Amino acid sequence: MNLPMMLNLGQTALELGLISSLTVLALFLSYTMLNVCDLSTDGCFTLGAAVGAVVALSGHPYLSIFAAMGAGICSGLLTAVLQTKMGINSLLAGIIVNTGLYSLNIAIMGNSSQININKTETVYTKMQALLKGTPLSAYYKLIVALIAVAIVIVILTLFLRTRLGLAIRATGDNPDMVRSSSINPVFTTIIGLCVANAFTGLSGCLLAQYNKSANIDIGSGMVTVALASLLIGRAFLGRGGVPKRAIGAVLGAFIFRLVYTVALRFRMPASMLKAVSSVIVIIAISAPYLKSQLPLLKRKLGLRSEKGAM
Amino acid sequence: MLKLIGVSKTFNPGTINAKTVLDKLSLHVKKGDFITVIGANGAGKSTMFNAISGSFYADEGRIILDGRDITLQPEHKRAKVIGRLFQDPMRGSAPGMSIEENMALAAGKGGWLSSVSKADKEEYRERLALLGMGLEDRMKHPVGLLSGGQRQALTLLMATYNPPKVLLLDEHTAALDPATAEKVLTLTEKIVAEGNLTCLMVTHNMQSALEQGTRTLMMNEGRIIFDVEGEERSKLTVEDLLEKFREEAGKKLDNDRMLLSK
Repeated sequence: MNLPMMLNLGQTALELGLISSLTVLALFLSYTMLNVCDLSTDGCFTLGAAVGAVVALSGHPYLSIFAAMGAGICSGLLTAVLQTKMGINSLLAGIIVNTGLYSLNIAIMGNSSQININKTETVYTKMQALLKGTPLSAYYKLIVALIAVAIVIVILTLFLRTRLGLAIRATGDNPDMVRSSSINPVFTTIIGLCVANAFTGLSGCLLAQYNKSANIDIGSGMVTVALASLLIGRAFLGRGGVPKRAIGAVLGAFIFRLVYTVALRFRMPASMLKAVSSVIVIIAISAPYLKSQLPLLKRKLGLRSEKGAM
Repeated sequence: MLKLIGVSKTFNPGTINAKTVLDKLSLHVKKGDFITVIGANGAGKSTMFNAISGSFYADEGRIILDGRDITLQPEHKRAKVIGRLFQDPMRGSAPGMSIEENMALAAGKGGWLSSVSKADKEEYRERLALLGMGLEDRMKHPVGLLSGGQRQALTLLMATYNPPKVLLLDEHTAALDPATAEKVLTLTEKIVAEGNLTCLMVTHNMQSALEQGTRTLMMNEGRIIFDVEGEERSKLTVEDLLEKFREEAGKKLDNDRMLLSK
């Protein structure tokens, strides 16, 4: 492999990593901060992709961004209301919404499982036109993704500093405290999931326009891929303030993509992506638990060998 | 100030496990009262606090706070005017957030989208300094790094940051070592006195139940069986209290912790 090719691969990994990092940031808010595992993420990602593609197709590339985010907010609102107001377990609420979104997404794409926006104006083509003739013209996709991630990180950081953001963090950090405080956990959960799903929708929209197509499977397994990225990021930049941890989440997404891209070069079948992300999530979540069990295991083994000696 | 009128609560009603934990309980707390509450295990002390703070809704009766009927008001709304501390020091603050962020939550100032200003931070620092624990120099540290005593002191400060109409202390020093418990108790007295707060405190120490505060309640089986204040209270001894309990409840006081700490 020569250098330009490697750089090219790196750039693609960076672009895709940045786009998917928006979903990672969504999980950073819902999973890390609010302590809710939002299993509607897959469907919401596809929803963002479908809405983004359809609105762009109708000739509104900029509006497509906000439409996708708005759709994400509605999806998040539904998931949140199911779990806070209607007594449905939070994991189940996510799965139910995810299932329902499948039909909705097909309907949005005009009763089709795929939609092509090859010749449509998107935020990327707009940026391409804007940068034409400048030295940056080769990086138009990267710049779009960078701008989106930068804006989302700034918004997220500022948001988590507000009183509402602190209340959301407390809801995830100590539910006991929040229950007997003047914070209404129903309210914080609803707001938290709405904001998170807006980011997920945005992420889906940007990927669809990047790929110049949306399909019903575009978001499948996204929640595991994003969780894997989140946990990788936590391993590198897990401590410290919110901005640092948010950047860690983006870094995790990039590292995940990079490893995946390199693995593809070495002839790993593309279909292995999801298996790899599953393994990463299993290791990252179970490692601390297994580590805590280690002393007990050692004692058990020690006792057994003593018995043998007796 | 705070009135409980015929408040009842039964857990698991209509089943074999039905248990009446509050039995037409009535109580009138006057402004500025510092009430100590004693009673056997399961007498309904914490349950009474739960009813007042809204952890559950009373089956019957009414709860009036400062002229407003709060019987069916949700817990988080009541929490704006009712401060509460639990026995578990881990319950009252968010471990993954910094001292400063916890204080900001307690202060609850400004709109939902406002953030902590420099002036706010200065105020948190001043308030924290009052605890005399050096927490004012550790504002950025996560609360999870504090000791139980420090956390309980912080929770006390948070619960009284905006002076509540009623402060409920549910054996808030019971899980601390004796020296720390003493310190937190002294702080409590100071904060309650300075803010002229109305306060109810459950304790298992009969001696301090008589020494602290202005009024003492004894509970048994979901009722208040003895309510004493003023001169009559100042003459009471622990032996009198135990005698009183036998008289009223017709049995011996079976709170082992209470007897041990006599």
